[in-house]
Amino acid sequence: MSNQLRDSAAVKTLTNKLARLERPIRIMEVCGTHTMSIGRWGLRKLLPPSLQLISGPGCPVCVTPVSYFDALWQLPDVTIAVFGDLLRVPGSHGTLENARARGMDVQVVHGPEQALKLARKRATVLAAVGFETTTPGIADTIRRAAEEKLDGFHVLCGCKLVEPALCALLDGKPDIDGFLLPGHVSAITGSNAFDFLPRDYAASGVVAGFEPVDILAALVLLARMICAGEPGVRNAYPRIVTPQGNQHAQKLIRDVFVPIDTEWRGLGIIPASGLGLAPRYAHLDAARHYGLSLDPVPEPPGCRCGDVLQGRMLPHECPLFAQGCTPSSPVGPCMVSSEGSCAAWYRYERA
Amino acid sequence: MCVAIPAQLTTRDGNRGTIDLSGSELEISLALVPEAQTGDWLLVHTGYALAVVTEAEAAETRALLNEVLGG
Ligand code: SF4
Repeated sequence: MSNQLRDSAAVKTLTNKLARLERPIRIMEVCGTHTMSIGRWGLRKLLPPSLQLISGPGCPVCVTPVSYFDALWQLPDVTIAVFGDLLRVPGSHGTLENARARGMDVQVVHGPEQALKLARKRATVLAAVGFETTTPGIADTIRRAAEEKLDGFHVLCGCKLVEPALCALLDGKPDIDGFLLPGHVSAITGSNAFDFLPRDYAASGVVAGFEPVDILAALVLLARMICAGEPGVRNAYPRIVTPQGNQHAQKLIRDVFVPIDTEWRGLGIIPASGLGLAPRYAHLDAARHYGLSLDPVPEPPGCRCGDVLQGRMLPHECPLFAQGCTPSSPVGPCMVSSEGSCAAWYRYERA
Repeated sequence: MCVAIPAQLTTRDGNRGTIDLSGSELEISLALVPEAQTGDWLLVHTGYALAVVTEAEAAETRALLNEVLGG
């Protein structure tokens, strides 16, 4: 299957189809993993100028606000379990790498379950960041910690939901015709979760996989719906995504979490877009247990991540891009995570 | 951060399973895919299988590609 999905003849047929658009269109790729794939395969260069691809708010690391990182710095002497992508994001006091150099016990985990192992030895806080792809595993981990009555385990909740963010973005009436929808988020939510796009916003969406042919085929389907003026949602990743999604995972999320208003970097506070712990798991909340403040904190001066995340600005239009801000010394989170728009642009799209 | 990889389930013991990742064995949780069977292809992310890839769905991908490439 994967050979077929990288087949150069198919790529050519698809890009030829896209070269014959009836009108210019703008499509937002919501997911950071798509941003990476598009860069890695050089797909932007194969597209006609009339089809513009802009990156959206779909990298969980990039939309995690400064206040979240600052809250981790407020922790007493405990183990902090983090996904590797979070290590180099600058907060007001520095990065978690800096925190480690100052003697804080920051441990990189490949999955949330590893935090349980750490918590059996020493008080541990899991930095829980992610979208629907990552959240079910975190929910399962929290459920197990509660079952085991693991006293030393707490979570700093930073998980977010994709749908409310897309709604907030669309409420601002951006110049976007359609969305390339996140394939692995949709594996959990199902493609039906995006039916609000045509229904409430007359926008189109196509759920896409991550191989070149996956992405181009999704763009062809999007272009067809947009040019025909018939907004809809299609699933171009049926080998992974079903209309209903993973209902076990959805139930687990509903059991463990409740929706809360939460701050997104660059987008501000979005109602019911974050996940806090449900009352029966509230005792595992690190913010409550350790009295951490999550009040909004100003973003790094000069960083335009907010505009980049909303598709209002391309990364190279930021005055700091490649000047003050590079992957080896990032100013904003969009340059840190390998899936951040600025990092992908720096790596793949610079002339 | 939402990168997930396809891998084949080699053994299963209750909620735990092992997958083969280019020669090395990795233990994962099957808590989210109770229907998974040994030999199934799974989509794996941060130590959890998120979805089982079925043959019917693979056929749908081929049908979709034919639609897009042809029409
Ligand atoms: S280039 Fe750097 S400073 Fe500018 S928006 Fe991107 S991450 Fe922020």
